[in-house]
Amino acid sequence: MNIFVPIKMVPDLVEELSIDPGGAALDTAWMRLILNEFDDHAIEQAILLKERVGGQVTVIAPDAPDVDDALFTAAAKGADRLVKLTGETGSLNSHAAARALAAVIQAEIPDLILTGVQAHNDLDGQVGPLLAESLSMPYIGYVSAVKIENRMATVKKEYPGGLLGEFMVELPAVLGIQASDEPPRYVAFSKVRQAMQTARIEERDLGALDPSGGATVSRMFQPEAAERARMLEGDAGEVAARLVEIMQESGVL
Amino acid sequence: MSENILVITEHLQGRVLDITYVMLAGARRLAEQTGGKVIAVLLGYKAQSLAGDFNAEAVHSYDRPSLEHFSPDACLRVLEAEINDEQPRAVLLGHTTLGMDVAGGLSARLNLPLVSQVQRFDGSNFVCQICGGKIMAEGPLPGETALVTMVPGGYRPEDGRGQTPPILEKQAPGLEGMRVRLSHFIEPEAGDVDIAKESVLVSVGRGLQNQNDLETIERLAKDLRGAVSASRPLVDKGWLPTSRLVGKSGKAVKPKMYLALGISGAPEHSEAITGSDLIIAVNTDPNAPIFNVAKYGVVMDMYELIESLSNALEQEAHAA
Ligand SMILES: Cc1cc2nc3c(=O)[nH]c(=O)nc-3n(C[C@H](O)[C@H](O)[C@H](O)COP(=O)(O)OP(=O)(O)OC[C@H]3O[C@@H](n4cnc5c(N)ncnc54)[C@H](O)[C@@H]3O)c2cc1C
Ligand SMILES: Nc1ncnc2c1ncn2[C@@H]1O[C@H](COP(=O)(O)O)[C@@H](O)[C@H]1O
Repeated sequence: MNIFVPIKMVPDLVEELSIDPGGAALDTAWMRLILNEFDDHAIEQAILLKERVGGQVTVIAPDAPDVDDALFTAAAKGADRLVKLTGETGSLNSHAAARALAAVIQAEIPDLILTGVQAHNDLDGQVGPLLAESLSMPYIGYVSAVKIENRMATVKKEYPGGLLGEFMVELPAVLGIQASDEPPRYVAFSKVRQAMQTARIEERDLGALDPSGGATVSRMFQPEAAERARMLEGDAGEVAARLVEIMQESGVL
Repeated sequence: MSENILVITEHLQGRVLDITYVMLAGARRLAEQTGGKVIAVLLGYKAQSLAGDFNAEAVHSYDRPSLEHFSPDACLRVLEAEINDEQPRAVLLGHTTLGMDVAGGLSARLNLPLVSQVQRFDGSNFVCQICGGKIMAEGPLPGETALVTMVPGGYRPEDGRGQTPPILEKQAPGLEGMRVRLSHFIEPEAGDVDIAKESVLVSVGRGLQNQNDLETIERLAKDLRGAVSASRPLVDKGWLPTSRLVGKSGKAVKPKMYLALGISGAPEHSEAITGSDLIIAVNTDPNAPIFNVAKYGVVMDMYELIESLSNALEQEAHAA
């Protein structure tokens, strides 16, 4: 199994996000980037498959702040190869990313590509399906379990309300991972540090980017809530007392 | 080229999904702007009766046994033909488990621009919701035919309902050699409680530090005569079963009170709680989007509040 996992660094939503003075993009100056949560699941799923059926896992990412840490962490968990795409990453929308990834991955004759189901910060979205189409592979997303047997993947796809569909997918294929079979494994920092010493990050040039198919933003803003919550002030005791009153008034108690 | 708006309708196990009506309502707005018509596209097998209340000028129906259940491969091939036929101004798909499987493929195959997570249209601009509901981005609808995936929140499903539109049967292209095939559905396991039916939900998110702390939450829920539910990360960690999951991939809930503890309020979560009578949110982040859907908000460590709230409830029980 030759498995590829494209990963993406995204803004940490726990931090405050601000908009740059131009008004049409996020202010990246203080932004902390973390690995897209679903990519962590995709990496886990890839490693689980390798453990079960054998093969090689390559994690591939465009250059971004802290991306080396994410790559080395993947190596510490069991990824075999780390690839970083370097160059002009400024205009890297999903379409450009998918084309760049396709160019690099195609030459490697992949059996399986696992992406995250979604990254929260893109406008054009759907790198997985874009990638699949440019590699003439099938795509299915919202996947929360994968089995491989005889060039065929059996996957569980999530539908609303907890319903699952079991699908047969011919390989090679691209799967959009929502959750891995088992929760992503924890890896101690000492192992990551060890990976930093032993693993090597291969660098590839992104080449000329083609962002066509994406969208242009003219304005970014924080959502105006139609009705923002009434905030209850005071210490915990005061707030709790007020909440009990509210519950009584609304008939909950 | 036409100014029409195509809506790729979604249904599952014989039921039209709400996002379909949200998209029809959005398409109506957009069509008013472009001067075109709203055309609902329905893929399925003997599913035409589902289109009876679509607010659209016409329904294009692709009716085939092999389209009875969704398959991304087959759907892509049918929609490719439909879009080539119609050359619409825009194609609206759900930003859902169905729409998201095909929108990207269509964009690459037909060389059409794509905008995702669109919540509403402002004139002929799209307004999309990114970064877990913390940021909105606005821009002109790209290209001559734009593909759009839509999230709920911008339009009321009621506005997507209307009079019985005429149905045009269309011939599906050949659907041999599909590389993705459904083998069967797996129905959700019946949990111990049905959170969709509970009148009080104490819901926990990643603010919960430790699986053992669930005991405290259970106790609080019991004091409030309710049940515990959760956001996705806790279910993915295996701390709670899927039957307790609230959200896009879990259940939509409508309790008398929804107490959200340490939940940020990402759109995938929030869209499933707006039917609640009363939402109270507790979060350490004053900018958490959950405060945009809650009626009351508390910026505080949930642990601190839970302790005081349990005490207050106990006193209250004694007094009563
Ligand atoms: C296709 C798809 C489907 C999805 N389906 C669902 C779904 O069905 N349901 C769902 O919930 N999510 C779903 N998600 C995930 C969703 O996007 C969010 O990632 C998720 O809802 C976040 O959960 P959370 O709020 O618990 O965690 P976070 O977003 O990490 O938020 C934790 C919050 O807790 C606060 N906090 C931390 N510590 C404390 C403390 N001590 N006291 C008080 N507050 C604290 C933080 O400020 C933060 O706001 C889906 C995502 C995708 C892409
Ligand atoms: N710029 C990128 N570089 C590498 N992988 C990406 C990039 N953007 C998206 N992906 C992959 O595609 C998945 C879905 O992201 P998106 O389609 O952008 O919502 C992510 O979880 C990644 O696996």
